[in-house]
Amino acid sequence: MAEKDKVTAEELAGGLRAISVAEFFEKNRHLLGFDTLPRAMLTAVKEAVDNALDACEESKNLPDVFVQIQELGPTRFKIIVEDNGPGIVKDKIAPVFGKLLFGSKFMTFGGKQGRGQQGIGISAAILYSQLTTGKPARIISKTKANQPANVVELKINIKTNEPEVVTQTAIDWSKEHGTRIELELEAKYGEKKASVVEYLMQTAIVNPHATITFVDPAGKKSEFKRVTDKLPYRPEAVKPHPHGIELGILLRMLKESKTRALKSFLTEEFDRVGAGAADEILKTAGLDPKISPKFLTVEQADTLIKSMHGTKISAPSSTALSPIGAELLKKTLESEYNLEFAYAVTRQPDVYRGHSFIIEAAVGYGGELPKEESVKLFRFANRVPLLYQQGACGLTKAVTQVDWKSYGLNQSGDNLPNGPAIILLHVASVWVPFTSESKDAVNPYPEIVKEAKLALQECGREMQLYVGKKFKKELASKKKEMFALYGKELALALAALTSEDKDKILKAVVKAAEVMYETGQVEEEESASAAAKAPKRKVGAFKGGKEEDE
Amino acid sequence: MSSTKSMSKEDILKALEAEAKQVLKTINDIKNPKIQIPLRTLTNVYFDAKEKMIKLGERKGARSFFNTGQAKKFMQTMLVAAQIKSLILQKSPTLDTRQLFYLLRGTMANSDEDKFDSQDESDAIIEDIEVIIDALREELGLIAVPKGVIAGPLVVEDVASGDIIDYTKMGAAGGAIPASVEPEILKFKKCTAEYILVVEKYAVWNLLNQQRYWEKNNCILMTGKGQPARAERRLLARFEKELKIPIYIFCDMDVYGYYIYSVYKQGSINLAFFSEKAAAPSARYIGFNVDDYEKFKLPKTALIKMHDDDLKRIKEVKAYEWFKNKPWQEELDKLAKFGYTIESDALVAKSIEFTAKTYLPAKIKNKEWLD
Repeated sequence: MAEKDKVTAEELAGGLRAISVAEFFEKNRHLLGFDTLPRAMLTAVKEAVDNALDACEESKNLPDVFVQIQELGPTRFKIIVEDNGPGIVKDKIAPVFGKLLFGSKFMTFGGKQGRGQQGIGISAAILYSQLTTGKPARIISKTKANQPANVVELKINIKTNEPEVVTQTAIDWSKEHGTRIELELEAKYGEKKASVVEYLMQTAIVNPHATITFVDPAGKKSEFKRVTDKLPYRPEAVKPHPHGIELGILLRMLKESKTRALKSFLTEEFDRVGAGAADEILKTAGLDPKISPKFLTVEQADTLIKSMHGTKISAPSSTALSPIGAELLKKTLESEYNLEFAYAVTRQPDVYRGHSFIIEAAVGYGGELPKEESVKLFRFANRVPLLYQQGACGLTKAVTQVDWKSYGLNQSGDNLPNGPAIILLHVASVWVPFTSESKDAVNPYPEIVKEAKLALQECGREMQLYVGKKFKKELASKKKEMFALYGKELALALAALTSEDKDKILKAVVKAAEVMYETGQVEEEESASAAAKAPKRKVGAFKGGKEEDE
Repeated sequence: MSSTKSMSKEDILKALEAEAKQVLKTINDIKNPKIQIPLRTLTNVYFDAKEKMIKLGERKGARSFFNTGQAKKFMQTMLVAAQIKSLILQKSPTLDTRQLFYLLRGTMANSDEDKFDSQDESDAIIEDIEVIIDALREELGLIAVPKGVIAGPLVVEDVASGDIIDYTKMGAAGGAIPASVEPEILKFKKCTAEYILVVEKYAVWNLLNQQRYWEKNNCILMTGKGQPARAERRLLARFEKELKIPIYIFCDMDVYGYYIYSVYKQGSINLAFFSEKAAAPSARYIGFNVDDYEKFKLPKTALIKMHDDDLKRIKEVKAYEWFKNKPWQEELDKLAKFGYTIESDALVAKSIEFTAKTYLPAKIKNKEWLD
């Protein structure tokens, strides 16, 4: 038992499959986002929705995802998630859903951007369902019109990590093609923070090509409609970029490489390294291009890595990444919120530890957003909303490090700013550095925080331009009102003091106000004379009831 | 700048109208109307060593209407001026500043914004108008709440009622000092007193009154109950000018007591414009002072330990120009060094009769005062 407990998810990720992953999960469900009842609900929905979106995108279908939650008991729910993807052929249904790490997206380095990244996804939700209710998962899938849909009820064998089909039938399904999964599980449905509806709304924001429909336990339907008919770019796998690769990783790559010479190792195993760049790297490192990568000593590898970091190499390929795009991000934010102003930016790709990434940021301002509260912060990694551990997240850190006061929001110390605004950050990467397996927060690597800050600052500057104009306009009309208001009272007082006609005086005051305005002669507060600043009496400034002048 | 001569109601109406006419003319000329207001800040206050009083300097600040930060105050200034004019025309009885605030209160036309948010705002404007037209609020028909009492061989006439008041026949309570002691309201009919004794504390005044001190020593016995209000100061100034008899001030032996003495004698910073009508530069400090502790052998039970605040205040007071003479600088140093304060109430620790029978007569007889 003790031996088994020691196995970590990292080792699993490294390919150690000596024990059943299912068994591992059973003992470590907290690592995978099933630690509390509300959390389990959200994680199960999230895994199913990620799967649905992936399926649609892979087959180039614009996703129509339907999500329903039915309440079966106080802590017993049924989750239904249905997509219009290509469907799964009968024989593959069981392995796709019933085996953890099936079709592994695990990879050594480089790779491409993907939602689940670790592929433990939907089978983990099925396993959780099975562990808490003992019921099998029900999957309906149809690949072609005019054919019946296959219905599979399955469980996962915890010892062998193999799916066990409980029943298998076929039914008529009105849908042309697609997949539907039904899970029963112990969970809790909340409507406050980190709720299912919040999660789906945020998912819709970063997946502007998807339409998501949700029916909550009370039967209330919400629909988040797509704002574009264009499918996102399908990322391709890329090799690691030489900037930001670490020694340990390099050593492993050197050992595992099938190349015979150091130069070809560089050109073949890395992104953006051509013959010229390889020559330069090796020259700087003082290494023979012909030696076998396998025989490099640790010292030589260290020299090599320094040279790799120091050599100028093109920015990493962005073919592995699929950012949402500034324009769409702005559009989708505006479609979910009634905003006065929105702005979005997509940065150029950058690298951390050999992995390329792109930061996108957006701000929304005004409208119905609450004026006094902390801003709404939306964090996303590879188009998936991050709803937990906001404080531990590198993206949050970037937001708090920006001086929002100079962009028209309030901010005290290292806190999130206050004001009627939404701040959105999206990190797209072939490998998002999450702080834990539950994928709630992004590690605050300096490269990521820096890029995020630059993106936010650009958004901030644009927002400030808008806010500045708005306030100036508001202030001007407020001032005009003010002089009209005070002018009337002033006219009455002057009439009483001078015994002249009050209407005549009022006309004169109004006229003077107009001229003063048009000619810009109205003084601003700053030039207020010292008379206006005459100190108030200090009552109680001295002890013992001996206040001055009272 | 301030004159000692009283302003008549006609003078005040004229001054208010002149100010308003100037504002109206500027508006008709399509210019920004400005009112010049003498500054009442510490930086515009100086000590006139010759006249021995705190006075307001020449510096003025402008308040204009077409200024985003001053428009409301400008409007308020005119509202208060108009209200004062209306009260004078109605021959209204004198009003308290809080009552004036209630007359001024209300929202502006077509708005839910208040003309005045609080009494602080109208009180500040009243002081502005006092300095703008160089008239006291008492002359404007406004009062501050007085608290002083008085007893002794003095007879006055309350002009409005024609009542004759004899301050030897006031019993244990003494006679209250009226809110306005302007000559046209309070007329001195007769005074046979040889000096005036002002005591800081009511408790001390009360004891001396019960012991008929004023009768036995033929003096006027008065208190402002701590820091004096405007009426007590103005009355003492009138005593000095019109009765021409010595004035002695008896306070606690602490820096606050010393300061109260200086307010009677030289005026105060905040009301520097009021000094010429309300300071009594001939007043002398009769005690209690540090040397008295040894001299009169007071028991230790009379002592109260000083705090850091007290020492800080001593430093501040020492730096005031009107305390910059040798005796006072020495006294303040002694006090700081002594480290204790003695309240005038504490003298009963020696004996109940001590203040009236021993201390005060000895001090006056031996001319042991600080000036």
